[in-house]
Amino acid sequence: MFETPDLECRDISKSFDDFKAVKDVSFAVPPGTFFSILGPSGCGKTTLLRMIAGFQKPSSGDLLIKGRSVLDVPPNKRQVSMVFQHLALFPMMNIGANVGFGLRQRGVNRADIKRQVERVLDRVGLTGVADRPVDSLSGGQKQRVAIARCMVLEPDVLLLDEPLGALDLKLREHMKIELKQLQAEFNTTFVYITHDQSEALVMSDQIAVMNRGVFEQVGTAKELYYEPSTAFVAGFVGEANKFRARVQSLDAGVQMVTDQGQVLHGTAAGKALAKGDAVDVFVRPEAVRLSRDTALNGNAGQGRVENILFNGANSQLILRDQTTGAQMNVALPQTGEFRDLSVGDTVHFGWEPAQTRVYAGD
Amino acid sequence: MPVTDRSRLTFYLLLAPLLLWLVTLIILPHVGMFLVSLREKVGVREYETGFANYAVFFNEPLYWNTFARTAYMSIAATVLTLLIGFPIAYYIAKLTRGRTKTTLFLMCLIPFWVSELVRTFGWMILLRETGVFSNVLQWAGLADAPVEMLYNDAAIMVGLVYTSMLFMVVPLVTTLDSLDDSLIEAGYDLGASGFAILREIVIPHAMPGIVSGCIVVFMLSLGNYLTPILLGGKDSLWFTGLIYSQFITRFNWELGSAFGFLLLGLSSTIVFIGLKLSRQSLGRTMAQ
Repeated sequence: MFETPDLECRDISKSFDDFKAVKDVSFAVPPGTFFSILGPSGCGKTTLLRMIAGFQKPSSGDLLIKGRSVLDVPPNKRQVSMVFQHLALFPMMNIGANVGFGLRQRGVNRADIKRQVERVLDRVGLTGVADRPVDSLSGGQKQRVAIARCMVLEPDVLLLDEPLGALDLKLREHMKIELKQLQAEFNTTFVYITHDQSEALVMSDQIAVMNRGVFEQVGTAKELYYEPSTAFVAGFVGEANKFRARVQSLDAGVQMVTDQGQVLHGTAAGKALAKGDAVDVFVRPEAVRLSRDTALNGNAGQGRVENILFNGANSQLILRDQTTGAQMNVALPQTGEFRDLSVGDTVHFGWEPAQTRVYAGD
Repeated sequence: MPVTDRSRLTFYLLLAPLLLWLVTLIILPHVGMFLVSLREKVGVREYETGFANYAVFFNEPLYWNTFARTAYMSIAATVLTLLIGFPIAYYIAKLTRGRTKTTLFLMCLIPFWVSELVRTFGWMILLRETGVFSNVLQWAGLADAPVEMLYNDAAIMVGLVYTSMLFMVVPLVTTLDSLDDSLIEAGYDLGASGFAILREIVIPHAMPGIVSGCIVVFMLSLGNYLTPILLGGKDSLWFTGLIYSQFITRFNWELGSAFGFLLLGLSSTIVFIGLKLSRQSLGRTMAQ
């Protein structure tokens, strides 16, 4: 099935003086997708979003919305709306006037504006607040007003610039679910940028991981988590133990020796490897098994518990490998078996070569 | 409680200079002037209390014509200053950053390093019959005789706007600076034109700055003496000129005081009307 993507970028670049913020990024977002761009601050994601919104002009490349190039369309004529980082609700207007702002600019008559504003506020669960001032709302409610203000214009694409960043943790968790529900409800294409991986993982249909102006990988949350295609993605999405090693042999998986001298077996990911290559090895903390007395198969070792970071279901152990001295973060199993583990104890640990991902290093 | 006693004492001690200043330099002179304005001269060193001095003002068309003229010229000067100052302030606050911003701001300030008198003489050098503009026009062949540009209302207006520009630009820059750029971008994003953004977002946000700038400029223009006299000549018909001549030339302190009070009443009334029209409160405006 071939559909015209709601948003498509073709080799889009942006340079500031001698700094290239965005380098030849290409992607397409099919209609109705929740698309996230995830990256650390300064990776160029905000620049990319501002180019889509029209506040910045790409240095090269093309930008298409619903199949039509919008490079020459100013932001106030683009069928794209943006929810700003700090929401940018107009404090000089009440909520109704905020939501109706865009319709007023289009010259819609007053009665229609009133009706549409009420309907969209209804849909975001804020009935009857139109006459109240913006400041009378809580953080989460303001968020919904900001979305309503955009959605009332029925844009082809809604851009969201880290809108949850200013909220406290509890509310942020709640708004993640709510945003996803709102997206399903409006069935509009959302392009969401964030540096918070859990926001991206929870909400998105597709995630692009961005680093230094390029897309490292585009895929679903599962793909990014279980099959990261570059070392950056493996390190940025989710937690990971990272080792530096050198390839010894490539028969039956990758066999390598870490800088600390431990021999590991792993699975090559990303670019092809050759014997003698320096590699980065990633192992997720939850992929590591623990055992009190029997040595484990696969990549294994014995370590002393250096620290226990208790955080309910996300508790972690920090182990120090007794032979190599390497540090290892291990997720504490929640089965109760290791509840009485304490600092100074010695445990066996081990993990499968299949869950040891190896990337060519630099 | 000794602690609260002491803090209360500190409070009054800190308040004392302000109170002293208010009472001795503002309230006392005004009370004195008001009492003087109520004295009617009935003979040599003979006075009665009454409103005769105020009656003189209302019975003499020259006086209240000058009064009205001063008012509307000041309002015009205020509006002109706002119209010229707003784009300047917007440019400084929103379109420049860092060094450029500081430099531009300083350039607005520099003319104020010399006294108003010197600045006004500067304009006289430019505008007088043998002045710079007149010579340039003759040299360019646009005029065949010396042109006198001084001593008319336009010259007064130029002087007033120039003198008070800074007092408009500073509060405007301050308020516009506090306007979040993303509000303007959000406006564009939602489909507004530049004019709609100015009308619906920028001006409502800048309203306290606009009003406080206007109040200061209006007061300065209304109470200005030097500029209208120097640039408008002796027939400039500025109300402060009348007050001056009553006090200094005629030695008629009684009438001069009455005029002074009328001017105070006029400025208060117009400021009050302005605040009501713009729906701003004095407190909110002055907090800028």
